[in-house]
Parts: sequence; structure tokens; C-alpha cells
Amino acid sequence: MKLKKSTVNALISYGIVIVAFIVCQSMISAKAMPRTLKGQMIPICVYIVMAVSLNLVVGISGELSLGHAGFMSIGAFSGAIASTYLLNALGLESEVARLIISIVAGGVTAGVFGVLIGIPVLRLRGDYLAIVTLAFGEIIRNVVNCLYFSVDGMRLNVSFNNPNVAGTIILNGPAGTKGIKAISTFPMGFALILFTLFVVLNLINSRSGRAIMAARDNRIAAEAMGINVTKYKMMAFVTSAVLAGMAGALYGLNFSTFTAAKFKFDTSILVLVFVVLGGIGNIWGSIIAAALLTVLPELLRAFADYRMLIYAIVLILVMLATNNPMLRSVFERLPRALRRKAPGAEAKGGAAQ
Amino acid sequence: MSEVKRRSATKMVPAPSQGIIPERDLYSAPVLETRHLGIEFGGLKAVEDFNLIIGKTEIAGLIGPNGAGKTTVFNLLTKVYQPTMGTVLLNGRDTAGMNTVQASKLGIARTFQNIRLFGNMTVEDNVRIGLHNQVRYGMFTGIFRLPGYWKQEKAQHERALELLSIFDMQDMAGYRAGSLPYGAQRRLEIVRALATNPSLLLLDEPAAGMNPHETEELMNNIIKIRDRFQIAIMLIEHDMNLVMGICEGICVLNYGRIIAKGTAEDIQNNPVVIEAYLGKKKEG
Amino acid sequence: MVAFLRFLINGVSLGSVYAIIALGYTMVYGIAKMLNFAHGDVIMVGAYIAFCAMAYLSLPPVVAVLMAMVVCTALGVVIEGLAYRPLRQAASLAVLITAIGVSYFLQNGALLIWGANPKIFDSVFSVGSVRLFGGELTITSETLLTIAANIVIMIALTLFTGRTKLGKAMRAVSEDKGAAELMGINVNRTISLTFAIGSALAAVAGVLLCSAYPTLMPTTGSMPGIKAFTAAVFGGIGSIPGAMIGGILLGMIEILGKAYISTELGDALVFAVLIVVLLFKPAGLLGKPVREKV
Repeated sequence: MKLKKSTVNALISYGIVIVAFIVCQSMISAKAMPRTLKGQMIPICVYIVMAVSLNLVVGISGELSLGHAGFMSIGAFSGAIASTYLLNALGLESEVARLIISIVAGGVTAGVFGVLIGIPVLRLRGDYLAIVTLAFGEIIRNVVNCLYFSVDGMRLNVSFNNPNVAGTIILNGPAGTKGIKAISTFPMGFALILFTLFVVLNLINSRSGRAIMAARDNRIAAEAMGINVTKYKMMAFVTSAVLAGMAGALYGLNFSTFTAAKFKFDTSILVLVFVVLGGIGNIWGSIIAAALLTVLPELLRAFADYRMLIYAIVLILVMLATNNPMLRSVFERLPRALRRKAPGAEAKGGAAQ
Repeated sequence: MSEVKRRSATKMVPAPSQGIIPERDLYSAPVLETRHLGIEFGGLKAVEDFNLIIGKTEIAGLIGPNGAGKTTVFNLLTKVYQPTMGTVLLNGRDTAGMNTVQASKLGIARTFQNIRLFGNMTVEDNVRIGLHNQVRYGMFTGIFRLPGYWKQEKAQHERALELLSIFDMQDMAGYRAGSLPYGAQRRLEIVRALATNPSLLLLDEPAAGMNPHETEELMNNIIKIRDRFQIAIMLIEHDMNLVMGICEGICVLNYGRIIAKGTAEDIQNNPVVIEAYLGKKKEG
Repeated sequence: MVAFLRFLINGVSLGSVYAIIALGYTMVYGIAKMLNFAHGDVIMVGAYIAFCAMAYLSLPPVVAVLMAMVVCTALGVVIEGLAYRPLRQAASLAVLITAIGVSYFLQNGALLIWGANPKIFDSVFSVGSVRLFGGELTITSETLLTIAANIVIMIALTLFTGRTKLGKAMRAVSEDKGAAELMGINVNRTISLTFAIGSALAAVAGVLLCSAYPTLMPTTGSMPGIKAFTAAVFGGIGSIPGAMIGGILLGMIEILGKAYISTELGDALVFAVLIVVLLFKPAGLLGKPVREKV
């Protein structure tokens, strides 16, 4: 059977991710991986999933979202609550089962909020849409700071702005989660990356994905072709929220305690930086940028106080360099395999003239 | 009280003129009928009292000087703008309150004066977007690659190539749409619009930027499309050879109002039309 | 009742600071069509400069404020020239990320120079306060000066953009860069000028902000920056009176919300109001909706 080019590309992508995982995992088993890097493995997985899912909104759907960390936050807290509830109330001992259910719970909750937030957000356009996503991100952080969750026997208690909840506290308002078992594992992170790639790549190469991209390229023409633009923007937004929620659950369950402050505006921006540096709409770029830039601050640890300054300067210089017309023409001459975006289009189109 | 007053103030106007349609379409319902169609932009009447009827397989022309409101008419018919006056009947159905998407599903498709392709997508994918509503599988079938996905993708692929072959473009299927030469982009827009399976195809200046040879080819293709798909086509065009060559009914618009309707012959000899295009005659 | 009045006045005062910052955002957005996320950090730099001038050089407050304005003006022009100007033709997202890079740079630069420990900012004003209702309602001189500064700046800017040649050039560039250039307007210089004015205003805002809320840290500017940006969008981004109204309303909502609804949710309330306003007026209170030509 002859496979489609996009299918072949997707299979290659999965292959590379699997190989990378095997290499990392055997390095960990052989104790060949530096300690600092080992501690970064789960965050790397989390940020890869975050970046790929944000790319679905920013690159594929063409809407700037500045509140992606909000969905991560929802996923992290609902994942932590789900995990603790499963252990304390239902006595589910298996860590793998708990982790999987928590990740799914994180994704579903974030997805529900994705729908609720998407309805008002997607009515707006351009920079106005961006500022409203930012606003929602901040609202989520503020509201989580006022939430108190506890488990009391089989009951899950919730209270708003009132720390007196009966039972074992799980989420303690601004003080964050309490007494969570850190159960995230690197293999699970790897599985989540594969799942994300599977969802996003398959979505792009389907009827729905094409409709999403058509709405991005030309809203008016897409509508004239009978495409319900809002529906498909919503589809991309909610899918992205679900994946971010799953990443959030994985992230949260990597710690025994964390607060809403972890999911500030800065985190949204951090993920956006991965997406832009990796190339907007370029899934592989997001993966590489997320992995490298998560590790980079660790590698710059030798520079101590200067590392964030260096990071800032590198960021500015990279943006200036990649948008410099002269350097750009050099990039254009790179072998096409390195670019991957719009394969072979220019050359063939030119020949058709 | 006010009800009575309003009724007594009712002004009587003539019913919309039925205009002309080709004889062969006489026994089918007209594909489009507009009655007193108009739109105001902040007090300015961009189009008013636009009455037109288009037969089931008619090729109709909409002409007029720049700024006469021709594209506005297209925008009204496709519901990009909501009319402030009058009705649009598409295949006998009133389109009041509908949006662009619903109008498209009702069988109206268009091209754009300033080409609006999905530039970053391939030629084939552009046509597949046109086929969007003929394919019926959802997001989950797509993501999890259920059997329906493979079957319908294959059918869609074949249909797209078939449609592209109308303009001999099947070999360009893999190119990026934005990289095509200008004329090919215009043709691709027509193919994409045809893919939505319309009963009325609106072409906004299809020959703009084409050389006489390409225009000739386009004329043949427009007739070919009409014959093959048995649909009505309405076009805005400044190239009078094209309009007079293939349009059966022609409607002339000036300052948002219809100033003449009829066959190519009627229009060419109509003094009002000549005046609108060339200005008032000073002497022979 | 007196308490309500006090909150209201504090709200207008905080709102005036937001308004002054929002003016910088709105002018830059209007002319360069970019979200300058580093603007909030220019505020912080301005406050630090004024702080140093007063604490280390023992300069009088007025001189300190002027110094902060001069440094920030220079900073704004340099940032624009080095980081944003080369990206004039680039995608807006590239410019946004660069602005974020500049913001990180300023914050971490400030961290290296001044350290992470908060500095206690001495008020720049030594005028007494006004007491009303037999001393029940005290309006501090900071509050009065902030509101006064806001009004003066608003009038000056309106006159500047409406009456002067440079102001008209600014409006022309924001309307259509290409056409403005053809009319002989130096677009680059006009954009630099906009950044200069915006940054000078940021310095003033920084001093006013830290006079009212005296803890000064490298991250001091980021939250007010985001809120002022919200204010600019709220009022209709690109519109000078819009920024003013948006800023003042936002300040009032924040203070009253914190006082009467929930301290924790004051910020959330601000953003919620923004969302509601944008749903009914998608281009902000005074913004003009743009219609795409088909």
C-alpha cells in the first residue's frame, strides 16, 4: 500500500521521538546522565507538549494566545486533586493508573474551561483576542488562589475564599497544593508527547485541520466556502487546552507542592517563545525549541546571575537574526529537508510559470 | 393609532420587473431572484432597488463603471453584508438572516476580485476546502484515523483532481497555492468555488490581469462549466469582449442602481449605458 | 460614605497612573502597531533612576524626576532603534517576542544593578495633605499631584497631536506609513519621537506609582504594565482619550473591587471587566472598529 507523504512524515516524527526516548532512558539507567539534566526530563516533556499544543492555536489556527499557562494551571490542580482523591478516598494504589487518570482528568477539566473561555474569546480578532486570553490566564491564577479543596472520607470539599474546609487539605488557596504524592515519570511524559504528536499531526492532515488552516489563511474565503470559522477555531482552541491541561497534570504531579504562581503570565510567554523560535506552525521546531530552551538555563547555571540576562540577549538577537533579510536569504538556501515548511512549493511553482 | 397612520402612508410601487431569462430555463425555477435589494452604509445607499432574476443555466453579466456597487451586490448575495432593504431568494428560499456559511450551503459560491486563496496550503488542499461540506467525517474520525477517514480522503482526493482537470491543473495539485502565477490563481479560485457544488457561481472579474489568449480560453471554460455542471453563472467583468461574448442576460449598474437590463445587443445600443460609461455626448 | 469616597479617590489616583502608562502603550501601538511589553519595565527603570538620584545623589525631587525622564527617553529611543526598528517589516509576533526579550533584559539588568531586595521609595512630594470632613477624609499630596499630572499630560498630549506639526505627522504615520512617507514625513524619526514621549511618560508614571506604593523591585513595572495595557485596550487601543478613560476606570474598579468584593480577586475583577467590555465593544470603549474590505 502506498502511504501518503504526510503519513510518512508523521511516522518519521514518532520514530525520532521514540529513539530520543530510548537514548535518554538508557542514559538514565546507565547513570550516564548528569543529575541536573535528569531532573529536567519531566519538565522538558511538559514544555514540549505545551509548545506543540500552543502551536496548534498560534501556528495552525493563527490566533495569538497569551494565556496558555492558565490551561496548564487548571490541568495541574485538577490532576493533583484527582490523584489525591483516587488515593485517599478510593484507595487506588497503582501509581501508573492514578497518573493516567489524573492526566485525563486534567485534560478534560482544561477542555471544559477551553470551551467556556473560547466562546467569548473567539468572537474577538487579532490583538484584542490576545489581550483577552491574557486576561483569562490572570483570572484563572487569581481564582485558584481563592480555592480550597479537601478530601474527607469519600467526599471532596470545595470552598471559595474560606480556608476552613473539613478533612485533609489538598489545595490550600494561595499556599498551593499540600501533601501530593509526586508520581510523574519520564516514560509517562514520553507517552504524552507521542499522544500529543499523534493528535496534532493527524488533526492537521484531516478535513477539520484543513478547515482550521483555511480559516487562518483567509477567513472570508473560508466562510464563502461554507466553513464555520468559529467552530473550527474553537476546535483548535479546545484541543490545545486539553493537551495543555494534560501537560499541566504531568507537571503538577512532579512536585509534592506547587502554587498558582507557577502559572503566571511569564509561563505563557515562555511557551510562546518556544513556539516562535521553533517556527510558527512548525511542530518539529516547537519540540526542539522547547527541549533546548528548557535545558539552556540549566546549562547557563555557571553564569549564575547573568544567565537570565544572557537568555534575554540571546532571545533578542535570534529574533533580529531570523528576521534579517540578508540572513534570511542564507536560510532559504539551506537544504530543504532542514526547513520542512511548505515542502518544495516555491521551486515547483516557479517552474510552472 | 400609529398602525393606521402607517397604513395610510403606504406608497405603492411597481412589482419587481421579472427581467429576462433564457428560454431553455423557462420551465425550471430561477436560481436567483432579488427584490428591491439594497444596502446603506451610514446613510449612503451603496446599492438600491436591485431587482434581478437569473435562470437555472444562465450566464449573466453584471457590468458598470468602477464604484458602481457591483462587488457590493456579490457581497449582498453571499451574505458578507446583510442587506438593509429587500430580499434575496436563492433557489426559491429567502436568505434573510442567513450568514455566509448558510448561503454557501444553499448553493452559492464565489470568487474574489482580489484573489483570496489559502496561500500557504497546496492547490489540492484549496480544492478540498471547497469540498468541505461534501465530506462528512468529524474530528475524531480524523484524529484516530477510523476507516471512514481513509475512504473519504481517497474519494476527496480523486474528486479534487477531477475538478482541477477542468483547467488542466491536476499536475499542479502539490504546489503551494500562493506560489502559482496570477492566471492560475484565478483559475484555482474558480475550481475551489465549483467544488462546493453550487447552483449559482459568482465570478468577480475572472479575466482581470489575463492576456487575450487566456481570456479566450476562460470564455470557453466558463461555457464548458455551465454545460457540464448545469449551473447558473453570474460574472462581474470589465472585459467587454468576454461579457458580450458569453453573457446571455446583462445587467448594468451605475451609482448603485440598475440602469439597464437585457441581452448583449440591447445593452450595446442603450444610450443610457453609453452615457454612463463615456459621459454625456457633446456632439456626434 | 466617607470610606467610599476615600476608595474612589484612591481609585482615581491609581487609575491616573495606569492612564499615564496606558498613554505610552496606546501611542506606540497606534503608530508602530506593536504590543510593547517592555513598556512596564521602562517604568521600573524610571523609578530606580529617581530613587538613586534622591537617595544616593541627594538631588531635589524635581531634578530627580527630570533625570528619570531624560534617562527613560534615551532608553526608549535606544530600545526602539536597536531592537524594534530592524523588525519593521517582520511579522508582528516576532516584534512581540523581541519586546518580551527587552522586558527580560531590563528586569534582569535591574536585578544585577540594584539587587532583588526591595528599595523603599521616599515620596517625591513634600506638600501637605488635604483634610476634609473634619479630618475624616485625608487626601494625600501624592494623590492630588498624580491626578493633576494626569490632567496636564492629557491636555498637553491632545494639543500636541492635534495642533503641532510633529503631532500631525504622528497621526499621519499611524494612519498609513507608506502614504506618510510619500508626503515627506520621516517615519523612523516620528516613531522614535513616539517612543521618546511614551518613555518619558513612563518615567513620570514610575515615580508617581512608587510614591503611592513605595516598594521598588525589578519586577515592579510588570503588573502595572499589564494592567495599563489592559486599560489601553479597554479604552480602545490607539486612542489617547480612550487610554485616559480606560486607565481611570480600571484603577477605580481595582480599588473598589478590592475594598468591597475581595482583596484576592481585585485583579481578576479588572480583567473580567475588560472581557465584558470587549464582548460588547470589540474595539474598546472609544476604539473604531475596522471593517475588512471584501
